[in-house]
Amino acid sequence: MMEFSTWDILRNLLLAARWTVVLSLVSFLGGGIVGALLLFLRIGGNRVLTAFTRYYVELFQGTPLLMQLFLAFFGLGLFGINVPAWLAAGIALVLWTAAFLAEIWRGCVEAVARGQWEASASLGMGYVQQMRYVILPQALKVAIPPTVGFSVQVVKGTALTSIIGFVELSKAGTVVTNATFQPFTVYGLVALIYFALCWPLSKSSQALERKLNAAHRNH
Amino acid sequence: MPLIEITDVRKRFGENEVLKGIDLDVKPGEVIAIIGKSGSGKSTLLRCINGLETIDGGSISVAGSQLLPDEVHLKALRLKVGMIFQQFNLFPHLTAGGNVILSQTVVKKTPKPEAAAMARKMLERVGLAEKFDAYPDELSGGQQQRVAIARALAMQPIALLCDEVTSALDPELVAEVLAVVRELAAEGMTLLMVTHEMKFARDVCSRVVFMHQGRVHEIGPPEDVFAKPKTPELKQFLGVQ
Repeated sequence: MMEFSTWDILRNLLLAARWTVVLSLVSFLGGGIVGALLLFLRIGGNRVLTAFTRYYVELFQGTPLLMQLFLAFFGLGLFGINVPAWLAAGIALVLWTAAFLAEIWRGCVEAVARGQWEASASLGMGYVQQMRYVILPQALKVAIPPTVGFSVQVVKGTALTSIIGFVELSKAGTVVTNATFQPFTVYGLVALIYFALCWPLSKSSQALERKLNAAHRNH
Repeated sequence: MPLIEITDVRKRFGENEVLKGIDLDVKPGEVIAIIGKSGSGKSTLLRCINGLETIDGGSISVAGSQLLPDEVHLKALRLKVGMIFQQFNLFPHLTAGGNVILSQTVVKKTPKPEAAAMARKMLERVGLAEKFDAYPDELSGGQQQRVAIARALAMQPIALLCDEVTSALDPELVAEVLAVVRELAAEGMTLLMVTHEMKFARDVCSRVVFMHQGRVHEIGPPEDVFAKPKTPELKQFLGVQ
């Protein structure tokens, strides 16, 4: 039987962690774009689109991410479309992230005081101008800390994609464990790597929250 | 010819009819105080005039611009009437100068340098020339309200609606805001103000409107309304027997 040093284990895990990072970035950026789109459909005032986005958000928030991954991976397979694991993982995570971000951001837009709408309206601004120059700049400030905070959930969410066979950090952990028979060491290292990815994110979220609040101390 | 024509305006919130047929004509240069108990519909009337509330009946026009609920007509109307709010509603992410500049550049498409010059002029007019670069949260309530007035004036409206502009202010800050409003009145600006400052209304206004239960209950020059109230409701409101 082959012997594995801790460095061998760590090296393999770190190589796989690259895919966790890539998948996180893709999910977060893609989810951000789709989420922004959903946000504008939601608050744009069209009743059909508002209803659509509401159900979309409820659907994705109301089902486990794991089921969404299964559906993306196996569901499309039923129609004879062969979906590789990386694509299914990417699609499911982007859609899932989008639902949560759209909902977080909607809360931020609604947190802007009604008086801001009224003041900008009474100055003659139209809806798009109000949004662009008055509401969104304020909502953005409120949105940054929870958005960064949610990115932690995205990073951890990528772990589930191991189940459909995408080789990222968690899957690599399983593979390496099967080869080394050292589950405690391996999963301990896996956990540490996740922590190293997530901890700076949650810290920066807290720091941003303090910083952005400080700018509004008199409100 | 009246500048603001309010004809049989009705407004209801659900079951509650807050305006039960208001008729009021305002001539250019008139300063009108609207007084009355809370819930009498005075703020709602003001908010109807520039379309912040939709009306359920009647009509409102300002200098020929009819109040209609689409964006084009609303914009035309709102360019003619400015509004000052109880809570100031300055844009907190912009400086005082930025607050006054924004709507000029965005709505009127005034080039930035001209808008900035206008902003300086208007801030000077309300006595805040040196606060051009200050953010709203660095200003006192009175100063914020004066910036809000400058912001409305920069759009060069022909009338201003003032919705309890001193009600959210500490007592010692009320005077500085009223001084600015008094000056506007003296310069001939048409003003429609909902106010609890009776002394101010008596001194500055050309007419006083007393609203009661969604109707114009009494109307007249301040010396009549305050000194010789006719109805028991107004007497009770003014605290005279």
